[in-house]
Amino acid sequence: MKYQTQSIAKMYFIAAIGLFVGQILFGLIMGLQYVWGDFLFPAIPFNVARMVHTNLLIVWLLFGFMGSAYYLIPEESERELYMPWLAKLMFWVFLVAGALTILGYLLVPYATLAELTMNDLLPTMGREFLEQPTITKIGIVIVALAFVFNIGMTILTGRKTVITLVLLTGLVGLAVFFLFSFYNPDNLVLDKFFWWWVVHLWVEGVWELIMASILAYVLIKITGVDREVIEKWLYIIIAMALISGLIGTGHHFFWIGTPDYWQWLGSVFSALEPIPFFMMTLFAFNVVNKRRRDHPNKAATLWALGTAVMAFLGAGVWGFLHTLAPVNYYTHGTQITAAHGHMAFYGAYVMVVLTMISYSMPIMRGQKAANLSAQAMEMWSFWLMTVSMVFITLFLTGAGILQVFLQRYSDSPMGFMATQDKITLFYWMREIAGLVFFIGLVIYIIAFFVKGEEAKTSEA
Amino acid sequence: MRETFTKGMARNIYYGGAVFFFLVLVGLTVDTVNSLPKTDNSQNLTEQVAAGKRLWEINDCIGCHSLLGEGAYFAPELGNVYTRFGENTEVIKTFIKTRPKNGIPGRRSMPQFNFSEEELEEIAQFLKYADGIKTARNWPPNIQG
Repeated sequence: MKYQTQSIAKMYFIAAIGLFVGQILFGLIMGLQYVWGDFLFPAIPFNVARMVHTNLLIVWLLFGFMGSAYYLIPEESERELYMPWLAKLMFWVFLVAGALTILGYLLVPYATLAELTMNDLLPTMGREFLEQPTITKIGIVIVALAFVFNIGMTILTGRKTVITLVLLTGLVGLAVFFLFSFYNPDNLVLDKFFWWWVVHLWVEGVWELIMASILAYVLIKITGVDREVIEKWLYIIIAMALISGLIGTGHHFFWIGTPDYWQWLGSVFSALEPIPFFMMTLFAFNVVNKRRRDHPNKAATLWALGTAVMAFLGAGVWGFLHTLAPVNYYTHGTQITAAHGHMAFYGAYVMVVLTMISYSMPIMRGQKAANLSAQAMEMWSFWLMTVSMVFITLFLTGAGILQVFLQRYSDSPMGFMATQDKITLFYWMREIAGLVFFIGLVIYIIAFFVKGEEAKTSEA
Repeated sequence: MRETFTKGMARNIYYGGAVFFFLVLVGLTVDTVNSLPKTDNSQNLTEQVAAGKRLWEINDCIGCHSLLGEGAYFAPELGNVYTRFGENTEVIKTFIKTRPKNGIPGRRSMPQFNFSEEELEEIAQFLKYADGIKTARNWPPNIQG
């Protein structure tokens, strides 16, 4: 570690992993509720479990992004963090606000939470992924602004690299587009339209900038490949991400009462959205093949290659599967969407954060790489989580295809609940795959504490 | 990548492409917002409907149901529930009102929200309004949602 303030990332990563565990536990609860309808009812109804599952995901990924930024930006900028105390303070603000919000979901009925937090003054609650009380949303904005200010000043007063500028653009975009979560008109179509300005422009827009820049940073460090080469790749990948993804927002405007031209625009541009992810895969394998040194951290290399491949499969391939309007007409709002959502989030965002943790955590703990036993164990957790996520996705896809056929495509369409009863088998299989994922996650955490033989550097 | 394709060119594609397509998105957004009154059923957006939308939100209905295909996939689509329930708001109200407090053994069940008659009417009117939104190709594909 070249700069002391990089170590602030550690607390962010620990919090991220802790919340990740919570996310998966609630995922397992929901998976069980799919087949055992009254499990934990009425104490934890499905909608509450789902809020906890998705909100924990968002919060821990944000912790992961912030930790990644705090780690890589001082090193790239060749200076200490502008205000280390602010980064530490914001960590606690964010953690306490996040924990209180999750406890609020679990301990009181959601309508009571709305009343307690005075949702009526500025109603923003109750929209998918944006369920946080308005006061929490304001807290998120404050944390995001303090964070962007802190890293922005570090970047602007230090050495500017393509990686830091792209990361900064992504993080500023993240903060700016979140502001649309405060716009909640009574007109349902307008509400839905601008809701996507947060959700789509985050995950299929600015988050891709964050992901690509973190991946580029780790690849420079691991492979020693010339920065010029990596920066060129980075530019072209994020260029394609925005060129396809901005108008690609249109694939959400097919069936919500918006004009028909979105059918064409959304289909054509979102059909291009796999390209940046495919390029990311080419990029990762290319630079690893051209590596100038054999970094002792093999686990981080595996995560870096893994995130590129899984992001392409989950976001690219599974996204394309249902993105063309004539196909989406049948698949919209079915388990196909759930299948895509799971692998895309895991492949692109979960894995890139784990890549960064894998690379930086040993360094923050005073080693160049984790010991050989710990790395072997970490790689086991990689395969367990990744393969089980592939199966979760495949089972949900199977469920989704049957659902589409029985409920929407056949000549005598069945009702929603009758259809659900027919596809229970797939939900059971998904739950089993989910348990394997959880085992993988437990092994991932144990790997941090395993002792063993030191990993040796062998310069090529 | 080949030397003829320089980092400067890649950078220009990024900045140029991002700015251009963002402006296109803004332009299309303006056009969409302007043409919405033709399809968005805003002529039926009453105070009662707005109150119903608020109830829809503060009870996190989207956490189980989908509405025009967006939301969770645990419970039926409600963008066409008014049609599915025989274009009768009373049927919707009765359904919500009669959910058992402790659920149905072994089955998924909607919670009992203890709404007042006034609130039930507001929710039903909101769902009726949502059903009136003109979606492309009359999505969903059939009455089952």
